[in-house]
Amino acid sequence: MSAPFIEMRGITKSFGAVKANEAVDLSVAPGEILGLLGENGAGKTTLMNVLFGAYAPDAGEILVQGRKARITSSADALAAGIGMVHQHFHLAPRLTVLENLLIGIPGKSGRIDRAGGLARLAEISRQYGLTLDPDLPVSALSVGEQQRLEIVKALFRGAKLLILDEPTAVLAPSEVDGLFSALRSMAAQGLGIIFISHKLNEVRALTHRCTVLRHGRVAGRVDDPANTTSAAMAELMCGHEIVPPARGPSTPGADVLTLAGISTSGHSGTALRHISLAVRAGEILGIAGVSGNGQRALAEVISGMRSPDAGQMTIAGTRVTRFSPREVQALGLGRIPEDRMTTGLVTNLPLADSMVLPRIGTAAFSAKGLLKPDAIRAFAEEQIKAFDIRCPGPMVRAGALSGGNLQKALLARELAFDPKVLVVSQPTRGLDIGAARFIHEKFLAMRAKGCGIIVIGEDLEELLVLCDRIAVMYEGRIAGTLASADATVARLGLLMTGAEGRA
Amino acid sequence: MFRLEVRSSTPAWFNLALPLLAIAVTLILCSGLIALAGAGVLESYGVMFTASLGDSYAITETLVRAAPMIFTGLAVAVAFRAKFWNIGAEGQLLAGAVASCFVGAIPMPGPLAMLLMAVAGAAAGAAVALVPATLRVRFKVDDVVSSLLLNSVIYYALMALIEGPWKDSFSGYPISPPIEDSANFPVLIEGTRLHLGVVVALIAAPLIWFLIARTTLGFRIRVTGENPEAARYGGIHVERVLLSTALLSGALAGLAGVGEVGGVHFQVMSDISPGYGYSGIVVAMLARLNPLGVVPAAIFLAAVMTGAEAMSRATGVPAFLSDVIQGTALLAMLVALLFTAYRIRRVGAAS
Repeated sequence: MSAPFIEMRGITKSFGAVKANEAVDLSVAPGEILGLLGENGAGKTTLMNVLFGAYAPDAGEILVQGRKARITSSADALAAGIGMVHQHFHLAPRLTVLENLLIGIPGKSGRIDRAGGLARLAEISRQYGLTLDPDLPVSALSVGEQQRLEIVKALFRGAKLLILDEPTAVLAPSEVDGLFSALRSMAAQGLGIIFISHKLNEVRALTHRCTVLRHGRVAGRVDDPANTTSAAMAELMCGHEIVPPARGPSTPGADVLTLAGISTSGHSGTALRHISLAVRAGEILGIAGVSGNGQRALAEVISGMRSPDAGQMTIAGTRVTRFSPREVQALGLGRIPEDRMTTGLVTNLPLADSMVLPRIGTAAFSAKGLLKPDAIRAFAEEQIKAFDIRCPGPMVRAGALSGGNLQKALLARELAFDPKVLVVSQPTRGLDIGAARFIHEKFLAMRAKGCGIIVIGEDLEELLVLCDRIAVMYEGRIAGTLASADATVARLGLLMTGAEGRA
Repeated sequence: MFRLEVRSSTPAWFNLALPLLAIAVTLILCSGLIALAGAGVLESYGVMFTASLGDSYAITETLVRAAPMIFTGLAVAVAFRAKFWNIGAEGQLLAGAVASCFVGAIPMPGPLAMLLMAVAGAAAGAAVALVPATLRVRFKVDDVVSSLLLNSVIYYALMALIEGPWKDSFSGYPISPPIEDSANFPVLIEGTRLHLGVVVALIAAPLIWFLIARTTLGFRIRVTGENPEAARYGGIHVERVLLSTALLSGALAGLAGVGEVGGVHFQVMSDISPGYGYSGIVVAMLARLNPLGVVPAAIFLAAVMTGAEAMSRATGVPAFLSDVIQGTALLAMLVALLFTAYRIRRVGAAS
C-alpha cells in the first residue's frame, strides 16, 4: 500500500470532563476511501474538526505526506490539501454556482477571474463527472446539487483529501448512486476520501477500509468492509450485538385516519393531487418516494399546519374542519416533524419546555393561565427516564442534546398522551443504530397497542422492515400501494420514478 | 490569534461578577475623558456618586428618574422576548402622557382620577404599539422601522396639541393645562419627589417577571420569540401572541408617561421625556431581557444621569459625558454578556 497522505497519531481532545477523542490513530492513503464509523457522540465529528483545524487537539499530531503539520484553521487545512463537506452546507444561496466557487479566491487586480473559474470548473466536471450549471443561483439547486457544489468547491481549492460528514443523510436513494460513482472516480484518480456514515450497507458498498470509533476511542478497524457483515460492524460500533426488530403479525382494526381526495395548491412545494388513503388501528403505513414529491405537503396537511384546497380528512372517525395543530391534536393525532431542530423543538429554551409545548394549555401543565412548573418538570423527568434520554436534566437547553436524544424527546412528548394515530417524517434520519433501533421498537410497541402509524421516509430498507403497507408518492399523487410482503426495493423504486402506474 | 469558543457550562458567579466588572471597566474607560475635560477623575466620580446615591434624598431623586425607565425597560424586555422589535416605547410613552393628562384635567375624586389616568395612559400606549404589530402580522412590514418612525408621528402630534388647542392662552407657552391638584400622585416621603408611581414601577417588575416565567401567556411569548415555527407546530397562534405582546408592551410604556404626568410634571410639555423610551432599550438589554434585572439596570442608568448632571455642574465637565458613560456601559455589558456564553482561546502563535 502507498504511503499515507494523511496520518493522525494519538489524537486526544477533551471538552471539560468529557473525552471526545482519546489516543485516536487514523490514516488515509491517496486513492483510498476510508469509512469512519461510530454512533452519535462517538467522536467522529470532533476528530474531523481537529483534522480540519476547527479544534486544537490536547495531544497528538497530524502528519501530511509524512511531515508534521500545524493545522489551526480551515485555511491551514485547505492549504494542506484537506477539504471538508459538512452536513450543513456553507453556501451563499443568492450567489451563483461560479460565484460561490470564487468566494475567497483572489482574482487579478481585485477583479473576479470569471474565465479562469469557468475553465477550472469545466476541468473538474469532466475529470470526475460532477456537472453543474455555473450561472444558476444556489437557491435553485436541489440538495444533491448543492452537495455536489460543496465537493467541487473543495476540489476547486486543490483538496487532495476530502472529508464527507454523513453525505447520504440528505440524499434520495437515486442521488446516492450518483454520489458514489463520483467518489469512486475521485479515488481512482488518486484522491483520498474519508466517508462518515451510520449506514453500514453504504459503508460496505463504498469504502476500502474502515476505522470504527466508540466512546472516543478506536474500537476496531475493518480491512475488507465488502466482505464483513453489517452485524459484525454494528457490534464494533455499539459494543454489543444488534438484533433487527421483529414485526410480529397484527390484526388491524378500524380506520383511525382517512384522507379522501385531498388536494393542495402548489405555491410552496409540490401540490397534492387527490390523495386518498387510510390507516387502520394497529397498522404501520409507510409513505415512500423521492424527496420533493409532495411528502412535505402531505405531512403538513395531516399535522394541521396547512389546509387543503379540497378533500376531507377524519381522525378516529371525526371529520377535521379547521386543520389547525390544536384541532388534530385534540382528536388524538401525534406528530413528529421532519425537522427536529427548527419545527420540533425550541433549542434555546429548557428541554422541558419543548416537551410540554403542544399541550401547555391543557390541565396537565397549566390551570387558569398559570403554569404548573412542578408538573412540567416532573413530566419531563419521567419521560427522560422512560425513554432513556441522555441529558443532564430537564432544565438543560434542548439544543445541547444529540439528534437521537432529541428524537426520543419528541417521541416521548407525543406517546405520553396515547395518540390514536401517529404521523412521523424521517423518523431516524441522522440517528445511529442504537437510537434508530429504540425508535423502531417504540413504533412496534405502539402498533401492538392499536395505534395507527404513518411513517414518511426515504430509507426503503427501513420502511420494509417497519411497515405493513407502503404507499409510494410521485408528483403529488399516490402512485401505488404495496403490502410489504409483496414489496421489494426494486418494485418500490419503479413506482418512485413514476414508471409503474398501478400496483 | 484568538478565537471564541462556546462554553460548555457557565459558572453561576459569572452572571453577577461580569456585570459588575462591566461597570468597573466603564468607569475606567470614561475616566480618560473626564481627565481630558480637565477635572479630577476621583473627585468627579465622587460627586457623581454623592449626587445619585450619596444620601436618602439623592436616592429618592434617582428612583424618581428610574421609574419611567423601569416601565419602558419592561416594555422593551417583554416585546423583545417575543422578538417583537418595539423601538417605539418613546412614542407610546408620549401617547400615555397625553391621554393621562387629558383625563387628569377632568375634575373628579383623586383616587378615581389616578386610576383612570393609568387606564387611559396604558390604553393609549397599547393602541400605538398595536400599529407596528398589526402591520407586521398582516402585511409583514418590518416592525423595527415602523415602530421607530411612529415615534416622530406621535411626537409631532403632541407638539401640534400643545402648540394648538392646549396652548396656554395667558403665557403663550407651548404646555398643556395642568391636571387637577387632586389627581397629583401622592408623595410618599415628605420633602422629596418620591411619588406613588415609583412604587407602582417597582411592583410592576416582579409582576411582569411572574407573567413571563409562570403563566401560559409568558410561555407562549418565550416560545414564539425563540422559535415561531416550533410554536406554530405546537399549536400556538403566533400572530395572536405577537399582538398580545404588543398590547402589553405598549401599555407598560404608556404607564411611564402616566407616571411623569401624575407624579413629576403634572402637565405635558415637549420635553416631558428626555428619551426614556430609547433608554428603555438600553435598560432591557442590560437586564438581558429579564424583568427583574430591569430594576437595577434602570436605577444604574438613572444614577449615571443624575450623577453626571451634578458632576457637570460641580466640575465643569460637559453634561454629554452622561450619554458617553451610558453608551460605554451598554457596550461593556454586552461584551461581558458574551463571556457568559463564550470564552477566548488562544490558537497557534503567529508563524
